[in-house]
Amino acid sequence: MNWSDLLSLTAGELIAPTTAAYALAAIGLNIHFGFTGLLNMGQAGFMLVGAYGFAATAQAGQGFPLSALVGVGCSVVFALILGIPTLKLRGDYLAIVTISAAEIVRLIGRSSVLSDITNGAAGIPASRFNKDFLGLSVLPDGRTALGPFAYANNVGDGWWTRIVAWAAVLLAVLLVWRLMSSPWGRVLKGIREDEDAVRSLGKSVYGYKMQALVLGGAMAGFAGVLFVMPASVQPDAMGRSMTFFIWTILLLGGAATLWGPVIGSMIFFVALMFIKTVMRDVLPSVLRPEQLEPLAGILVGITLMLLVIFRPQGIFGDKKELMLDVR
Amino acid sequence: MLAAALVGVIGLQAESASATAAVTCVADAETGCIGGTLQNTAGPVEGVTITVSNEDDEFEESATTAANGTWAVAIPGRARYTVELDESTLPSTAALADSAENPVEQLAVVGASSTVDFNLVLDATPSTGGSSSTTTGTVTPTRLLQQFALGIRYGLILALAAVGLSLIYGTTGMSSFSHGEQVTLGALLTFVFSIQLHWPIVLSVLAAVVLSAASGWLQDVGIWQPLRRRRVGLVQLMIVSIGLSLALQYAFQFRFGGSTLQVLPSIAKSWSIGPIRLSIPSYIAMGCATIVLVGVALFLQRTRTGRATRAISDNPALAAASGIDVDKIIRLVWILATGLAGLGGALLALAFNGAAWDLGLQMLLLMFAAVTLGGLGTAYGALIGSLIIGVVVEMSTLWLPSSLKFAVALLILILVLLIRPQGILGRAERVG
Repeated sequence: MNWSDLLSLTAGELIAPTTAAYALAAIGLNIHFGFTGLLNMGQAGFMLVGAYGFAATAQAGQGFPLSALVGVGCSVVFALILGIPTLKLRGDYLAIVTISAAEIVRLIGRSSVLSDITNGAAGIPASRFNKDFLGLSVLPDGRTALGPFAYANNVGDGWWTRIVAWAAVLLAVLLVWRLMSSPWGRVLKGIREDEDAVRSLGKSVYGYKMQALVLGGAMAGFAGVLFVMPASVQPDAMGRSMTFFIWTILLLGGAATLWGPVIGSMIFFVALMFIKTVMRDVLPSVLRPEQLEPLAGILVGITLMLLVIFRPQGIFGDKKELMLDVR
Repeated sequence: MLAAALVGVIGLQAESASATAAVTCVADAETGCIGGTLQNTAGPVEGVTITVSNEDDEFEESATTAANGTWAVAIPGRARYTVELDESTLPSTAALADSAENPVEQLAVVGASSTVDFNLVLDATPSTGGSSSTTTGTVTPTRLLQQFALGIRYGLILALAAVGLSLIYGTTGMSSFSHGEQVTLGALLTFVFSIQLHWPIVLSVLAAVVLSAASGWLQDVGIWQPLRRRRVGLVQLMIVSIGLSLALQYAFQFRFGGSTLQVLPSIAKSWSIGPIRLSIPSYIAMGCATIVLVGVALFLQRTRTGRATRAISDNPALAAASGIDVDKIIRLVWILATGLAGLGGALLALAFNGAAWDLGLQMLLLMFAAVTLGGLGTAYGALIGSLIIGVVVEMSTLWLPSSLKFAVALLILILVLLIRPQGILGRAERVG
């Protein structure tokens, strides 16, 4: 096995745009689940809606700021549509509706119905929507190498995308930190702990839940924009598995913590890449190449189960902070 | 990354396998058609080979035009297909108006017929080239009845799975997200026994159901009962079931790959009752599902254990206090629910002659819609909800593209939650 290859591959995951996109989506999910106790099982749907909104606008020739705004706006509308019928009901209704809605967005996206916008199952290649974004780059053209990280500056999978993506993650962490230490954040935590108590204090639980859903959904929308930037809007890459990966990331790092989603995402992708690379090297005789991805998926599923059973607070979490019962 | 796996090739339907004399391809829920009529001013052109392939070369099928010039190819899924006319097979009396218009790119979907017309002329004078259009067809009483029958078929199979989901919810309070994978398990086990081990089909289905039920027992012994003992919260349980669903789904993909596997050793014949035309396994599946559902209803209504199950759904604490062994009943519910889901999967695989790793994944959404519509936790509600969802979803393809049929189910789900969140048979106090 080539150790330096293994090292640079896994280290690359640490700052990859995908890792940042998942981290941002997990921060959004943290607002939903960690702080408010909402069971959103369709975070990938929010991302996909955001990505489509962004890509469609950018394809039509609009600049990056407006396109990204439209993408985030689409996710906000999506959150409202899903929140209005479900947030007054028991927690698992939101889970059922979000998981269904996310799947349906994917199915419509890959169908021919809107193929003028979505380009069906083939997806929208990044070259159609990331020109303006890359044009905004302040970096000179060319390549930059920092230790094991050597990328071109101004391509979809380059430094500029990484810088913007991680800046967005940092901003989101900052925002969550300020919000959760504000009275607004304390109401959210109150809802998580005891909805009726908060209601008895005269707060509109429904309104606060909706605000939390919209805020976390908007973050997921921008995460979707970041996720598609290096490659393409591929509906099948943003299905149920993605949602469950985000859940694993959140529970791995620790729900209701500030840095949990970010560290969780880094650990998750580094570990995933490490396992896949080692397996590819060690088990070529046992495994067919196309079995690698499913095997990694099996491991993620089992990890998620074990995490929830044995350490629901994750690495950084506080067990007392976790509301784990359906209201 | 999952894209390649998802664009699995679905087995072709019986009707379209080899038809050169009278070309027919019936677009239904699981197939679509690309076809057309080849003719020039002299009349229909016979014996021309037309090849339909899709971009990834995963699918290629040829058709030869019949005496009346018609040709059709059944396609397994939505994709952009390349339709190429083999010019060397054209008779000397006909030529393509413009060779640049061949091959034609055509986006085709399941549940609809896409027409591709090549412009042929008597001589090689260039004129306007190939044109194409997609239609869902006009709604005739025959199609209405046909879609209704397909809806009942899907609804009955859906009910088998949904009743189990509802029973689990009723007795344990947990929405089991891995129930879809139980359906897949039944379908794939049927494939293993029927195709890989060459067992007779009836025996294969039975074995699949027994093993599915055993998987439910194993799950309850290994996972759910220990978690109940530890008093693990419902949300945790739900996430555990999601992890299980993820692991199982990838395990199926690991073992069986991404493509759709035929479960019948030979292509089944179809049979018409009046205007309704279904494959014979479909009729058998509908019959089996009806009998089993009636059996489940009788079990819940008439037997002591069945009554105990309903008692736990109503009030677990009171049921335990009145001497019902709640743990034992819950284990039985798990066995029953996974067995029913396995049967649903096996019957689905028979009716569609295909099993794939993601079979149950999409069904889960419809199950949720069905149990919510009927009333979460009520077994009969799940039955009614399933039939309604099945019929509505299949009938919607008469007016809407079939790729939207799941969106119709979601729309129903959202409307139900807005108007009557407890569902048809549920009680209002369940929700709050």
